[in-house]
Amino acid sequence: MSPHDPGSLPVAQLAASVGAGRLGATAAVQASIDRARDVGAGRDGLNAVISSDDEAALRAAEAVDARRGDAGDAAALRLAGVPVLLKDNIATVDLPTTCGSRILEGYVSPFEATAVARLREAGAIVLGKTNMDEFAMGSSTEHSAYGPTLNPIDRTRVPGGSSGGSAAAVAAGVTRIALGSDTGGSVRQPAAFCGVVGVKPTYGRVSRHGLVAFASSLDQIGVLGRTVDDAALGLEVIAGVDPLDATSADVPMPSLRGGLAHVSDGLPLRGLRVGRAKEYFPAGLDARMREQLDAAFALLRVAGAQIVDVSLPHTELAVPVYYVIAPAEASSNLARFDGARYGARRAGAGLREMYEHTRSEGFGAEVTRRILIGTYVLSAGYYDAYYRRAQEVRGLIAQDFSRAFDTVDVLLTPTTPTPAFAIGAVSDPYEMYLNDVFTVTANLAGVPAMSLPIGHVDGLPVGAQIIAPHFGEPAMFRAAYALERALAVEAAA
Amino acid sequence: MTAPDATPRRWAGRYELVVGLEVHVQLRTRTKAFCNCSTDFGAPPNANTCPVCLGLPGTLPVLNYEAVVLAVRTALALGADVHDVSVFARKNYFYPDMPKGYQISQFDRPLATGGRVPIGETTDGAPLDIALTRVHMEDDAGKSVHDRFAGATAVDLNRAGTPLIEIVSEPDLRSAAEAGAYLRSLKQIVEYVGASDASMEEGSLRVDANVSARPIGETKLGTKTEIKNVNSFSAVERAIEWEFDRQCGVLAGGGRVAQQTMLWDGNRGECRPARSKEDSHDYRYFPEPDLPPLILTPEWIEARRAELPELPAARRTRLREQFGLTIADVEVLTATPEIADYFESVARVHGDARVAANWVRRDVLKAVNETGRPIAEFQLQVRPADLAALLDMTRDGVVSGSAASTIFTLMVRTGEAPRRIAEREGLLQVSDDAPLRAWVDEVFAEHPAEAERYMAGDRKLQGPLVGFVMKKSGGSADPKKVNALLAERMR
Repeated sequence: MSPHDPGSLPVAQLAASVGAGRLGATAAVQASIDRARDVGAGRDGLNAVISSDDEAALRAAEAVDARRGDAGDAAALRLAGVPVLLKDNIATVDLPTTCGSRILEGYVSPFEATAVARLREAGAIVLGKTNMDEFAMGSSTEHSAYGPTLNPIDRTRVPGGSSGGSAAAVAAGVTRIALGSDTGGSVRQPAAFCGVVGVKPTYGRVSRHGLVAFASSLDQIGVLGRTVDDAALGLEVIAGVDPLDATSADVPMPSLRGGLAHVSDGLPLRGLRVGRAKEYFPAGLDARMREQLDAAFALLRVAGAQIVDVSLPHTELAVPVYYVIAPAEASSNLARFDGARYGARRAGAGLREMYEHTRSEGFGAEVTRRILIGTYVLSAGYYDAYYRRAQEVRGLIAQDFSRAFDTVDVLLTPTTPTPAFAIGAVSDPYEMYLNDVFTVTANLAGVPAMSLPIGHVDGLPVGAQIIAPHFGEPAMFRAAYALERALAVEAAA
Repeated sequence: MTAPDATPRRWAGRYELVVGLEVHVQLRTRTKAFCNCSTDFGAPPNANTCPVCLGLPGTLPVLNYEAVVLAVRTALALGADVHDVSVFARKNYFYPDMPKGYQISQFDRPLATGGRVPIGETTDGAPLDIALTRVHMEDDAGKSVHDRFAGATAVDLNRAGTPLIEIVSEPDLRSAAEAGAYLRSLKQIVEYVGASDASMEEGSLRVDANVSARPIGETKLGTKTEIKNVNSFSAVERAIEWEFDRQCGVLAGGGRVAQQTMLWDGNRGECRPARSKEDSHDYRYFPEPDLPPLILTPEWIEARRAELPELPAARRTRLREQFGLTIADVEVLTATPEIADYFESVARVHGDARVAANWVRRDVLKAVNETGRPIAEFQLQVRPADLAALLDMTRDGVVSGSAASTIFTLMVRTGEAPRRIAEREGLLQVSDDAPLRAWVDEVFAEHPAEAERYMAGDRKLQGPLVGFVMKKSGGSADPKKVNALLAERMR
């Protein structure tokens, strides 16, 4: 262990060190604060962290240290002294929750998200809130009322989105884990762009209570981690049924860290069937991306996995379906931001005008566009043609997965069609939506998926996505641990 | 404007009235439909609110089990078919007292469909039922208060999120009187199953009436208007008649009725069209993604059916058959389950159901009306067993009829047992021979002429002499005994 740089410690080691008293939580938090300053994580640098309260974080760290002092129970805290960052659409009582929107500027929630409460109970220290595309609508974190976030790997590039602030902060080493939210790829795609691990759990695995809704049937809180194990620890802590979320699932979370164990025959994936779905390797896919993925398949095979070709025939319909269902739900979820009770209000002559001014000025262009699309597809006369039809196709996409998982345990796919693009390079909304082509399917089907870095193209990180059946996180992580280790061995050789 | 009572006759033989009613009933749960806030009525504005019912960002609804129980119980009592799967849906519209920007309701898959409300009997004695379309669950909006602050509207969200059921009838009602009968019958059923206070005055039962007119003999429905803002059953009847009259006038003049929302103005006794914007909603219903479908097993539904109390129609029949009561008696005695329970308790203990019925109809309901307290409170003061004891005492001649009335009044006031009151107030009848004979002797001594004539056989004097004895006893003499003693003196 390296007491001079606690920020470089994996989460498991950091928590164990703090729990055992070898390291103060205060020192760990101070290291993260220093690191954030050094890399310029704040508004005038990467613009990854948009609000923070260092004093409060240090006080919380002192409280964890004090708990260890008198009761000795800090040893039992799985995230003792671990600094974390939260996407700004996850409710906290001590920092604003703006969703990257002007309409919630300065809004502080009177209650806290279940995921945040669980992190704090486990001894984690909330360091700050991270930038995001407004209301999680976007794939580049350019659409924030608080300005774009820069990719720490190459500051001329986007970090991906919408959880771009969390991905950038983890990539820059500010914290080892951060929470994001994933509605169509918003954890996995920025993880891929920034070279970190990003997990979207099974729908219902993590409580949505306190996550400001974008598209309720697709939203899941997810974890960004420096490594697979960092992400696994974070997810284990926040997962579990919650009486405050009727869609949370009462399915016990088995340990995800089984994949950590070394196996004697050197074949950690013996017996695991990994699917290669042809729809995720279209003819137009960048040859260098394809090469990276092929290399990953080869490593999995070496680790004992069997590679099986499969087909998910409705995959190409996923983006159009997603861009009907998500805006439809968003148009309803965002109706509450009307200026009447909280958040920004712009005056107007009479109620209707106040609504108009507040919402016209409070929402950015992308949010407005999606509210309009969503309102349209739910309108009398269009509902059957759009929303109902989209739900039917959504069923077919889910059926594709359940059929594929009859023959394979997990799927391996590219996370994104390309590595991170330059800031400002994608201005056409539809072109931007195509970034989600490999990720939206998991949200539509509700299955878990994660991205992990597998290499570089032009010096930019490339991610591979592992998709598993409902509540199949253990198999997903087993493959992820093995792939991560194989890549490390290869890199060291 | 035509006087309301003249309207039906004015168009009789030319146009037919068609009415369907949508009734919202506030369920009597302790907490709201989707959060744990209290549903107490009368709390300070916005006291009964939390992040969920305020619609704060990041909150999610969690369905209240108690609301489902009451909703299902009501649907079953109405004979509706409760579905094993029903789906909540969002009804989207903007209004300041709707904090989420949508109401959580049910749309294409409601809790229950079908059912009926009995409204009486046809002339040949067959039951007359009004068919129901559906029963579904939803949450209530808050209240906009327009008259509290000058030039501004205040919002009170205490009611926001309170559970409601909406009961929709088929357009089967053909007169305002039928609409009134429907509402009274529905209210009674809802009260019997304990689902709601069902008070229009307090807003726990709200009625929207869909009204249309068509020429007699026409089978197609005419264009309807929807009347809102009605706050009593009689106002519903008046509003329907007024609107029917207006529509007939339009049709008779060759015009067409415009489909619109009408607001009833009780002070002026007329409807006026709502602002057109309130009428142009596209609610953009879609399934509520925050709530899984409501799944009820057949066993669970049957268990709720088994819990149902005896319903009003069944109880009326049973009271008539079991106690030999008149239709008029049972109508009054079954008005609420509490009254019926009270009557049955008294009748069972006392034994003579007709006497018990008379007392409950006359004295008990009068006292309840005078005190303004519900019978649930009244019976803590005058327990059914105590009233039965008073009736026993009257039957057995322990107290006189007039003394019984006095004792009852004191029971209402003090809550004491009747015998105790009778003893303390000296209202027990004297039926012992010795004092009665002494009083008779005294009366004969004071009125020797009358006594002589009576003893000689003049029966006309029996009444006055009994009166003298009663007077001398201060009303406490048992008149039957006095009569008997006087008869002994006759030669």
